[in-house]
Amino acid sequence: MGRYVIRRLIQAIPVLIGATLLIYALVHYLPGDPVQALAGEKRADPVVADMIREKYHLNDPFLVQYWNYITGVFQGDLGESLTGRSVSEMIGDAFPYTVNLALVAFVIEAVVGVAAGVMAALRKGKFLDQLVLISTLLVISIPVFVTGFVLQLVLGVKLKNDYGIEIFSVSFNEEDGLRAYLLPAFVLASMSLAYVARLTRTSLMETMRADYVRTAVAKGLKRRRVIGRHALRNALIPIVTFLGADLGGLMGGAVITERIFNIHGIGGLLAQSVYQKQGTIIVGVVTLLVLIYLITTLLVDLLYAVLDPRIRYE
Amino acid sequence: MTTVIEKNQKSGRLEVGTPLLEVKDLHVEFHTRDGVAKAVNGVNYSVAAGETLAVLGESGSGKSVTAQTIMGILDMPPGKISQGQILFRGQDMLAMKEEERRQIRGQKIAMIFQDALSSLNPVMTVGAQLGEMFRVHRGASKKEAREKAIELMERVRIPAARQRVGDYPHQFSGGMRQRIMIAMALSMEPDLIIADEPTTALDVTVQAQVMDLLAELQDEYNMGLILITHDLGVVADVADKIAVMYAGRIVETAPVHDLYARPAHPYTKGLLRSIPRLDQKGQELYAIKGLPPNLLKVPAGCAFNPRCDVATDLCRTEIPKLHQVTDKDGKELTGRRSACHLWKETLHG
Amino acid sequence: MSDTITKGPEAPSDDNGAKGAAKAQKPERVASLWSDALRDLRRNPVFIIGAVLVFCLLVISAVPQLFTDGSPFEGGACDLANSLQRPSAEHWFGFDVQGCDIYTRTVWGARNSVTVGVLTTLTVTVVGSLLGLLAGWKGGIVDSILSRFTEIFFSIPLLLGGMLIMSMLGTGNAYTVSLVMAVLGWPQIFRIMRASVLANKNNDYVMAARALGAGSGRITFRHILPNAIAPVIVVAAISLGVYIGAEAALSYLGIGVQPPQISWGLMISDAQPRFLNAPHVLLFPAAVLSVTVLAFIMLGDAVRDALDPKLR
Repeated sequence: MGRYVIRRLIQAIPVLIGATLLIYALVHYLPGDPVQALAGEKRADPVVADMIREKYHLNDPFLVQYWNYITGVFQGDLGESLTGRSVSEMIGDAFPYTVNLALVAFVIEAVVGVAAGVMAALRKGKFLDQLVLISTLLVISIPVFVTGFVLQLVLGVKLKNDYGIEIFSVSFNEEDGLRAYLLPAFVLASMSLAYVARLTRTSLMETMRADYVRTAVAKGLKRRRVIGRHALRNALIPIVTFLGADLGGLMGGAVITERIFNIHGIGGLLAQSVYQKQGTIIVGVVTLLVLIYLITTLLVDLLYAVLDPRIRYE
Repeated sequence: MTTVIEKNQKSGRLEVGTPLLEVKDLHVEFHTRDGVAKAVNGVNYSVAAGETLAVLGESGSGKSVTAQTIMGILDMPPGKISQGQILFRGQDMLAMKEEERRQIRGQKIAMIFQDALSSLNPVMTVGAQLGEMFRVHRGASKKEAREKAIELMERVRIPAARQRVGDYPHQFSGGMRQRIMIAMALSMEPDLIIADEPTTALDVTVQAQVMDLLAELQDEYNMGLILITHDLGVVADVADKIAVMYAGRIVETAPVHDLYARPAHPYTKGLLRSIPRLDQKGQELYAIKGLPPNLLKVPAGCAFNPRCDVATDLCRTEIPKLHQVTDKDGKELTGRRSACHLWKETLHG
Repeated sequence: MSDTITKGPEAPSDDNGAKGAAKAQKPERVASLWSDALRDLRRNPVFIIGAVLVFCLLVISAVPQLFTDGSPFEGGACDLANSLQRPSAEHWFGFDVQGCDIYTRTVWGARNSVTVGVLTTLTVTVVGSLLGLLAGWKGGIVDSILSRFTEIFFSIPLLLGGMLIMSMLGTGNAYTVSLVMAVLGWPQIFRIMRASVLANKNNDYVMAARALGAGSGRITFRHILPNAIAPVIVVAAISLGVYIGAEAALSYLGIGVQPPQISWGLMISDAQPRFLNAPHVLLFPAAVLSVTVLAFIMLGDAVRDALDPKLR
């Protein structure tokens, strides 16, 4: 087991380097004057431009720039925005919102998704199964921002105005505590939820046909035990690994949800800096998110080894 | 025969002569998109306590489906039992409620499957899978179950059982995995064990060991054993009587030695001829021509007729019934039946 | 024991006979996977609905003029006097804040969305498949390098990477968006093709073909490729819908297709500030977008059910 862990860690390093290098390269080698891009939409004054070039080491060879950036990252310095604020500080402020949002979404996605998938698989072909299949299909197809608006309209406004029920607030209000996250988290989770439900359904359906499930039945075990103890334990393996990987993705996907509900998280920060063409912030945020994604992927791989003993001895 | 009766008496409640398991006129169909396949087409056989019945046949003969139907683990859509009874200790299991059948399953009738690697849960330790029987059916505690598991593993001669009880199935060799399956089947000391091709996936030497183990355990516990296989070589030592199946029907039954010495059905004859022999060196190996029929389109008359060397017009039109086989003087030979119009010629010719 | 030894017409013993017959059936079996799939598809209502919708969408994209008079790009297309008017009999979708007819804009916007979807999927499938085939077949160091490479791309989520690159590129139109998404999306197809090839490579029939003297290239492509490509097609079909959705997301965020070009995402984004007062401005393009994505995903779903023998 230890060997497996070390191997995965070693494998992850070149990918990490490659990814950050790629992002950095993307920012710097694309057409367009990086100074102009960093300066935003205003026409840059030559003197100021020179100053900027000096400050950001833009005259140095690319690899030197990259090296400076990376070493800076490890010291917690992600550069500065155009207004001089520390990027790491800005990210630090925004991060908690996104993390909360992602976590609530994750719980929703895992619980509801798996439950729906299990029910659909066990009642294959019947009404419940068809219902789950169709509703997940719809949810996957309708883009996140559409569901966001529709739910906002229906659950937030209509319920409040027409019926006086105010469970979900239209816009994000921090004082509501966890309740405020419910609607946006549900929107964020929706697509993944649908996917988890389908994946669970397929996985469980396949597992139920496995030989060892047949053996479990032949042992005279109750159906409940056969499904719970034997089938599910195997069926959930790919699902758990997907969920783990998705957690990292949830943070990135929050971009749109945060914009819809006006949450000042990382996604909101990113969208804003895209609009304002603030290159440093963009690079900083994306690098962070990619890092998180890589770490969660690594953890998921390790988790997979824990769940499936066959992997451990390769 | 005397020995069988004596063994019957040992198992207690069973009346002398009452078979442990009786399959009566069983018909099982599969409804597929392309039609209805009759996998089991009027099968009758029985097993007594302490007796070994070998069911012989190629793939598609219906031997496994019959076994699964006895266990009650057949997928019911698309499978369907259209007719028949399965009497266990005199009671028809097909008429029982599912909960009653579940009590029999695993505890009174146990099954051993062919591929032990895929038939064992890959993410559960061997000890847990063995112990599960005790925890569920006997209310044992975790510790007790573990001890029982070790005991079982030692019984089936798995070395270093205590150290290996926490290992996973993929960490054992093929032969040992099969022993674990046997141990699992034995755990509740069932009256009857059905072994579905238990040695097919194993090396020849390991095959012999596993078969020896099965025979030994059967003796010790006085169990009935239904051995399903396509391999004539495996069966000779262990079986008391043999039923040969083809295309969903039984085509011949006989006590084991009689079957090998004087078969009464062309199919059985063909099977025996296909066994490679040492004195055949340098000669071409024999094989029955053709392939087993598509169960959706079984040939008219005797299902074997397209492949039969001695088939006549009668064979092509009329399904033979299971005739009682007699010797040259007309005396009935007990336990011998043949579903062939030409059984006399085949037997005595 | 026996006097004469009869030899069967085809094969010796039972076992070899089965294998020999199976070998002769092999090319047949591959072909029948496809013909079985086609037969299933034709009977599947999900597929038919999806296919009809997709066909309509393709036609609308190609010749929007057929479905609406006037183009939203013409001079007098928008009249502020009509701003935010609700749907009516002559103007099915109503007007947006600038007084432009929403129905016309929606119809013309189809072109961008569908183009992006189709272009991206085609590029991704071709590039991903070729590289995946190469990596799976050659193995060794070629495989290692390609796999590491794709892992890097994989670690950048589609939306984020898209945002990053598009924001740096500046110009946003259907082609740049397609290119960007293709660059970020090909690893997915690569992985599937590679896994498929690896799974099939060790199959007995490949070894049998080799033993019969088949050269690596040609005959094994005829054996492996038809089997390996099935999962690719399934994912590609579903991805088409996903890419259309992604393009809308990028445009919604302002870094996809740029005005004055029309994209449903842009329309939704523009409609957002006044959503609560005039929901129709947002809901119509949103509904059309959803139906589009749904149609493609239904298609992909149906294709997958048809090609996956296990789910029968």
